[in-house]
Amino acid sequence: MKPLNQVQSRTAVLPFENIDTDRIIPARFLTTTERAGLGRFAFNDWRYREDGTPNSDFPLNQAEARGCRILVAGDNFGCGSSREHAPWALLDYGIEAVISSGIADIFRSNALKNGLLTIVIDASEHRALLAAPGIELVIDIAEGKISKADGSTIAFELDRFARHCLLNGVDQLGYLLEAETDIRAWESRRATSPFSTERAA
Amino acid sequence: MKPRTIIEKIWDAHQVRAETSDTPGILYVDLHLIHEVTTPQAFSELRSRGLNVRCPGRVLATLDHSTPTLPADADGNRAYVTAEARQQVELLEANCREFGIELHGWNSEHRGIVHVIGPELGATQPGMTIVCGDSHTATHGAFGALAFGIGTTEVGHVLATQCLLQRKPKSMAIHVDGALRAGVSAKDLILHIIGRIGVGGGTGHVIEYRGAAIQALSMEERMTVCNMSIEAGARAGLIAPDQVTFDWLQGRPRAPQGAEWDRAVAAWRTLASDAGARHDSEVHIDASAIGPTISYGTHPGMVTPIASAIPAARDAQEAKALSYMHFVGGTALTGQKVDVVFVGSCTNSRLSDLREAAAIMRGRKLADGLRALIVPGSVRIKREAEAEGLDEVFRAAGAEWREAGCSMCIGMNGDIARPGQLVVSTSNRNFEGRQGPGVRTVLASPRVAAIAAIAGIISDPDAFQECAA
Ligand code: SF4
Repeated sequence: MKPLNQVQSRTAVLPFENIDTDRIIPARFLTTTERAGLGRFAFNDWRYREDGTPNSDFPLNQAEARGCRILVAGDNFGCGSSREHAPWALLDYGIEAVISSGIADIFRSNALKNGLLTIVIDASEHRALLAAPGIELVIDIAEGKISKADGSTIAFELDRFARHCLLNGVDQLGYLLEAETDIRAWESRRATSPFSTERAA
Repeated sequence: MKPRTIIEKIWDAHQVRAETSDTPGILYVDLHLIHEVTTPQAFSELRSRGLNVRCPGRVLATLDHSTPTLPADADGNRAYVTAEARQQVELLEANCREFGIELHGWNSEHRGIVHVIGPELGATQPGMTIVCGDSHTATHGAFGALAFGIGTTEVGHVLATQCLLQRKPKSMAIHVDGALRAGVSAKDLILHIIGRIGVGGGTGHVIEYRGAAIQALSMEERMTVCNMSIEAGARAGLIAPDQVTFDWLQGRPRAPQGAEWDRAVAAWRTLASDAGARHDSEVHIDASAIGPTISYGTHPGMVTPIASAIPAARDAQEAKALSYMHFVGGTALTGQKVDVVFVGSCTNSRLSDLREAAAIMRGRKLADGLRALIVPGSVRIKREAEAEGLDEVFRAAGAEWREAGCSMCIGMNGDIARPGQLVVSTSNRNFEGRQGPGVRTVLASPRVAAIAAIAGIISDPDAFQECAA
């Protein structure tokens, strides 16, 4: 994963609540065994009409949304299926950050592991961003702050470990592999009392 | 000592390293279930780093999502929807061979939907941590396990280290007091619960379902309830194990045997939340107030008692959902013409579900022009149903009796409906396009689905039974 400090872009807005991962990438595209190249299927059934032509009503198909790397979406973004194809598709499509008032747990975890920034902000700030597509934002990860062109800012919280991993491009599998001694110690404790529900030491 | 919830007890017992404000905890995983869709990229990652599967004995694999549900032809060829779907299945077969993982593949009598076969084999046990690259892993919580869905990167983490980086979740107690009315199923109950707390209501939480109405449920019914925890935004949902759990598990292939069984049960009895343990939030539900419940929108929180009118849209989001469904607020849901009925999925494809559907279809015919797919959750369930003659009941009614798999729940194998068709489905997701582009999905219990198949319209089961009597 590449280190990520800042995302600067105009926003594209999808003002719908509960955008599920089936919307982000429909199941029929999940038979792939690769993770690359899924951007062409992102939001497929919204992006294209039944005859395969682009749907001009879809916000991301409009000229001003081209090239936007920040997506502002309605509440509870990424709910439903745990498919990691959803963040893979968004990243490949060119989205680097998703901002909402609520982001589903598994999607958020998957996104952060791939360097897709997920930001939850409070409902009133969120309403303002939803109402103003196309504004320029600078997201500063280390500072936990989104700056608007008028100088105002929105603070956001990010799990400290997730932030550390984003900023430094940390490979979480590497971190787990380094815990091998502890893992082995746990396994040998467990071997002596396999059904124990004892309190952790 | 501070009283603990069942969630804390399982968490504590599996903590390899405690979390700090800077780092998540390291949680050991007892059982890792895998299927063909969410694993290929994880195995590639292992290979590219030269890593091995750390504990192949803790991994259990099956084929379910991309698999055709029509039988193989005389030459053993299967009707995969695309060459890519076949490759995905063959790749899992190859990966399991290479890394020494037990696969319930085409020749196993236990092949089936991953969340159906774990319990069926007795691999799912109380007190365990169980993960799968699949959001309905919560199903296994019915046995008092802490079971949750993960992404493919995490599948790689578990394959390589048997561990996950996790922060301790919050807990939510949902007390279901009283008793369910006759004819009201576990599916009605969980749809009602999701409608009540909302599709994001459980975000960040593990749900513990408790109360008299929960204890009265069979294991199959408990699985139906826990299965849909994710539809309320919760990664996991569980029920403390009790005698019902132990009776269901005893004698299953992977369950402990002999003296080991007694030791296990004694330990499992201590898992229940201690008196006085605190959950982060509490919800109370009166079981007796719940009737047959059905979804009418494009997420599983848009539900209503079947006999009532379609609720009017309260905002633009709901208006959009109603327009996708071609429904008009204020009009009746009953009487809507149904094109396809699907009985199956990890929510409702077990023997009891098939019996419920067969009880309605026995001696009756599907409505004219209606298509019904009945898809058992596993090969084992298929055999059991056939031994009881359920397949004959379905066939005689005009329904299609298929091979085990996810089928029309997700449509990855080509089992889909046509744009605009209305499907009454016993599965768990009514998202736009879930059962095919433009397809309209209504979630319901097996009984309500079977009645819709016979009547050809969405029907109130109470009214249907009366006029049939
Ligand atoms: S039956 Fe449906 S929900 Fe269950 S595992 Fe298969 S696709 Fe997922």
